[in-house]
This record gives sequence, structure tokens and C-alpha cells, in this order.
Amino acid sequence: MTKGRVAMYCLIAAEAAMFTIFVVAYLFYAGKSVGGPTSQVLHTPIFFSICLLSSSLTIHRAVQSWKRGRMRSFAGWWLVTIGLGAAFLAGTALEWRDLIYAKGLTIQTNLFGTTYYALVGLHAVHVTAGLVALAVVSALACLGYVHTEHADRGEVLSLYWHFVDAVWVVVFTVVYVIGR
Amino acid sequence: MANSWVTTVDHKRLGMMYIAYALVFLVIGGIEATIMRIQLIAPHQTFVSPQVFNRLFTMHGTTMIFFVAMPLLFGFANYLIPLMIGARDTAFPRLNALSFWLTAFGGLLLYFSVLGASGLYGAGNAPDVGWFAYAPLTSTTFSRGHSTDFWTLSLLVSGVGSIGTAINLIATIVCLRCQGMTLGKMPLFAWLILVMAGMVLLAVSPLTAAQIMLLVDRYLGGHFFDTQAGGSATIWMHFFWIFGHPEVYVLVLPAFGFASEIIPVFSRKAIFGYPVMVGATVCIGFIGMSVWAHHMFTVGMTSHANMFFVLSTMAIAVPTGIKSFNWLATMWGGTIAFTTPMLFCVAFLFQFLVAGLTGVMLSAAPLDWQLGNSYFVVAHFHYVIVGGILFTTFGAFYFWFPKATGRMYSEALGRLHFWLFVIGFHLTFDFMHLPGLLGMPRRIYTYEADRGWATWNLIVTIGVVFQAVSILVFLFNLVRSYRSGALAGSDPWDAWTLEWSTASPPPAYNFAVLPSVKSRRPLWDLKHPEDPDWRYE
Repeated sequence: MTKGRVAMYCLIAAEAAMFTIFVVAYLFYAGKSVGGPTSQVLHTPIFFSICLLSSSLTIHRAVQSWKRGRMRSFAGWWLVTIGLGAAFLAGTALEWRDLIYAKGLTIQTNLFGTTYYALVGLHAVHVTAGLVALAVVSALACLGYVHTEHADRGEVLSLYWHFVDAVWVVVFTVVYVIGR
Repeated sequence: MANSWVTTVDHKRLGMMYIAYALVFLVIGGIEATIMRIQLIAPHQTFVSPQVFNRLFTMHGTTMIFFVAMPLLFGFANYLIPLMIGARDTAFPRLNALSFWLTAFGGLLLYFSVLGASGLYGAGNAPDVGWFAYAPLTSTTFSRGHSTDFWTLSLLVSGVGSIGTAINLIATIVCLRCQGMTLGKMPLFAWLILVMAGMVLLAVSPLTAAQIMLLVDRYLGGHFFDTQAGGSATIWMHFFWIFGHPEVYVLVLPAFGFASEIIPVFSRKAIFGYPVMVGATVCIGFIGMSVWAHHMFTVGMTSHANMFFVLSTMAIAVPTGIKSFNWLATMWGGTIAFTTPMLFCVAFLFQFLVAGLTGVMLSAAPLDWQLGNSYFVVAHFHYVIVGGILFTTFGAFYFWFPKATGRMYSEALGRLHFWLFVIGFHLTFDFMHLPGLLGMPRRIYTYEADRGWATWNLIVTIGVVFQAVSILVFLFNLVRSYRSGALAGSDPWDAWTLEWSTASPPPAYNFAVLPSVKSRRPLWDLKHPEDPDWRYE
């Protein structure tokens, strides 16, 4: 195993431990809010979840193309991945706007607000970090610095992206299925 | 010259900077402890105010764990791991530098609170919420101003540094071992660091998560630990100790690693039971992650939870005991040389046994209900951290000092340091158990004369004098030997691991030719081609 891969698996282990704590807090406080809107006000973001999950597939295709030196195909799939990730973030933004302005739920409202925004927000931060990394690779590709021999690094980055997607499966299950 | 230290990515320089930085904070944390002991030397002292006393124990605990013990052990790991496994540097040298500077700035941030936290609010300066910062004391209601925020942010920043170092150490050990060095042929120190780094990944991240929650509460008006909004103060305790107890093993595993390298060399025998030592280490790693709530017996958990944490805590004594027996068996029948590093390791064996036994006492929930948050607990964990971890770390200082500087330390001063420290340690921490048994709670700034605690507290404080003098002797020895010690040569101890095969101090690239090994003691094979180890492994 390459050192990059080992390091990414270690980072993922550490991140998973961090998400576990937020998930535990969410579940521990489910139904314990004193007043204010709770999980009934949520809309299940099925479309945006599909966007994020399918971006795992597109980044996989991108890395496969990258490895085989088909850089045009790589660029296409890579940009689609960024688009899908950005769409997911936009979905979160729309959902939060609805919750804040229409439903009156903020991070200060009650325990549900605190744990919901913290957990979903922590995930959104990770998506954002992933998008920044993907964008940096795109910029380097535009400048002509990305070649076949860098495909391993792209694959390491894709591991992070897969992890962010997998965490969403957990967050989705906890927030929109179990927590309802 | 100075510039090259700031920009360096060399694991040896970063390791030495970690260690130097930890020594500075060791002196600061030690001064804080000394001030507290002066305050407690007799009943009704007014050397410091109650408010300052709260700040002192908070800063002392936080400093010693996060800015002395962690950087010391990371420093040694950084310095030694690439040399021991026959690599030219760590897997990610720049990540290494980033992690060091994050840790360093974490410490500066904590102490900047003394100047920065009172600010416009005039609400006190250094953090005063205790090193485990229980809710709701950390809420904005009870902790005005920014002192708690400095505490939170400094641990957050240095925590990220710790995770970076852990990732780097694991990648280095997994990917950069020299030819022939299978996992089963690594020096035990590398095994212990591997398990330690794994625990850092899983234990420091929950602390980071909890600190983020605390920041959400304090800055965004969240309710994670706000009991009035239905939140729970107990969940902070769980989150903190899910970090806090594994942290003890994070600190003690490298200490075990020092003992496992030093004891064989000065017993002139190979380590006894290498595979069992590895197995016991991994066991400690796993069980160590599941004992945290023994810090919370007095909170009132269900009897099932109590039962689980009693048993898991008692169970961890088994792999630890295996290690103790293996070290003793390594010494058994050996030609023991009582040099300064060996003296520290022998004292460690005895003291760590005592620390483990009081640990088993405290693991019994009913006894813990009596002794929880008493000076007995304070004595117990100082026995672990000073008597166990700091003693082996001093041993490691003397053992690897010739390698890192190329010069021998003064053996006479080393022995003086040892004996002063042993006397001081036992005066302070043996006698600290007694007021605890007599009911003296921790974190009180004074006490009544009729409680019967005064004599013991006086003895405890006298011990501090010996410890302080011994630390001065130690620092003097380091500086003097660095300047004018006798030249050490590459292998002054006739040792067997790879770091002794290169020059002292090692060149920037460590090894001109990357080594290739066939056994756990490659230098033995080299020196004794007629009877090499690999025939028997």
C-alpha cells in the first residue's frame, strides 16, 4: 500500500471517530428538545442525496480515465463530480434557508436545532473541503500539470470523497430516518 | 542558522524541537505545581488566592498533558522511528513540520490567555475550569470572558497537530521499513508507537469534536451542554473521557517502548517474549478504548454500565502485568549494568506496579465512590504519569542523548538526578495517598487544621524541593554535556537496533546506504556473524 493511501485511511479513521461523537450527540438528544420545532419540519433531501451519492461513481470514472491517460474523459467526469457536489451543497443551503426563515429553526432554538445544524453542518464542511481539493486539481489540470503518473494521488483524494459520501449515508439515516 | 530550524522538515530537528519545547513547558508546569504545593504546605495559607489556585491547577494539568507529555513522546517518536526502521525521514516531512508548529502554537495560545483573555471584560485571565473542563462550568454564564475559549482553541489546534503526527507515524512505520524488516522484526518501540498513533487517531478526534461543540455553545448559542435547554452535562464527561482515558495509554505506550529498548541493552539479553509483548500492546490498545467511564463512577451510572467499566478496567491490568513480567524476565539472569537510563527503568518497574495496583483499587466502583476526586486519585495518576511515564522518559533522555548530540552525559550528575528525583517523587506521591484516604478532596485551595492532613501535606511539599533540584541538575547535565561531554561514538552502549549503526549525531540523510536486516537485532548479527540472531527467530 502506498503511503498516501495509508495516510488517507488514517485520516478517515480519525474523521469517522469525530462524526461518531456528533451522531451520538444527535441520537442522545433526539426528542429531548424543550419547545420549538423538531425533526417533523425536515424535508427529506432525496434528490440532493442522489446527487452526492452518484458523485462517488463519477469520481471513480474520472480516476479510471486518469489512470489510463484519457485526460479528456477524466476532465469531464471530474467536473461532473464537482457539479454534483456543488448541487448537494446548494440543496443544503436551500433546506437551511427554509428551516431558518420559514420554520424558525436556528442553531439557538433548541437541542434539535443545535444537534441538527452541527451534524449536517460538519458534513457540509467536509463536502466543501472536498470540493476545494477537487477544484485545486482542476486548476492544476487546466495549467497542464496533471498527468497519468499523478493518478495515484487522484485516487487518494477520491478515497476522501467516497468517505464523505459514505458519511452522508450515515447522517441521512440518522437524521431523516431514525431521528423522525 | 535559526532560519534553518524554523523551515526544517528533518525529523531529527523536529523531534529535538518537540523535546526542547516540552522541556520549557515542563519547567512552567513544574513552577505551577510548586506554587500550589506552597499554598497547601499548611492549613490556611494565603500564598495565592482561591481564584489563582483554580487557574494554577487548570494550567498545570493542561500544560503537563498536552504541552509536556505529548510533545515529549512525539519528539522521541519523531527522532527515533525513522532511524530505528532504517528510513531517511518520515513518510510526510512537511506534514511533520506542520504538526509540530500547530502543537507549538497551541501551547502559545494557551499561555497567551494570561495576557489576552481578560481583555475588555476584566473577567480574569488564564483558564480556571480544570483540565477536564466539566459542563456547565464552561458555559458563558459561569465562565465569563475568553479564558475558556483560549483553553478550547489551544487544545483544538494542538489536537489537529497530534492527529497529523499520528497519521505520519503510522504511514512511516507501515510503508518505510527497510529491507527485511517485517512487522515481526521491528524494534518493540516501533510497535508501541504504531499502536499509540492508532489510539491518537481514535481518541483525540472525539476531543476535537467535543471542543467544536463547546465552541458552538459558547459562540453560536447552542445547547449541547446546556442543562436548562434539556442538554446534558454528563455527555461532556463521556466525550471528554473517551479521549481522556485512552490518552493515558497514548502516553504510557511510548514509555513502555523506552523500557523495552533500554532494559534489554543493559541486561545484555534479547527482550523476553517479543510476540507476547506485541500482543499485550495491541490488547492494551483495544481495551484502553473501552474503560473511559471509570472516571465517572461517582456520577451515578446504571449498575450494568458500572459493571462493564469495572471489569474492562480490571482486565487491562492483565496485558500490563504481562509486560511487567516480561521486563523482569528480560533482566533475569542478565549481566545488568546500572547506568542512569537503567536506574530510571528499574524504578519505573517498581513504581508502575504500585500505580497499577492503586488503579485496580480505584477500578472497583464502591471503593471509587469513597475515593473519587480525592487526593488518593491525584496520587494515583501522578504515580502513573511521573512514576511511570516521566521516569522512563528521563531514561530515554540519557540513553539516546549520546546518539542525538554525539557526546556522553555526565554519569555522576545523571545518578544525582536519579536519586534526588526518586527521593522527591516518593516523598511527594507516596505521602499524597494518605490525605486522600483521610478524605482530602482534590482542587481545594486550603483546609482546616483539625482534619489531620497537615503533616502529610508538609511532607508532600518537601518532596517537591527534591524534585525541583533534580530537574535543575538534569537540565544542567544536558547543557554541560552538550557543550563539553566526552565524544560518544556511534554505539556507546553496544546496542542492537539500527539507530546505533549510523554516526552520532546522525547525518541529515540518516543512512548513506539504506540498511537491510534479517533479525530483530541487526547490530548483533553484524557484530556476531558466527552466532546471528536470525537463526533462532
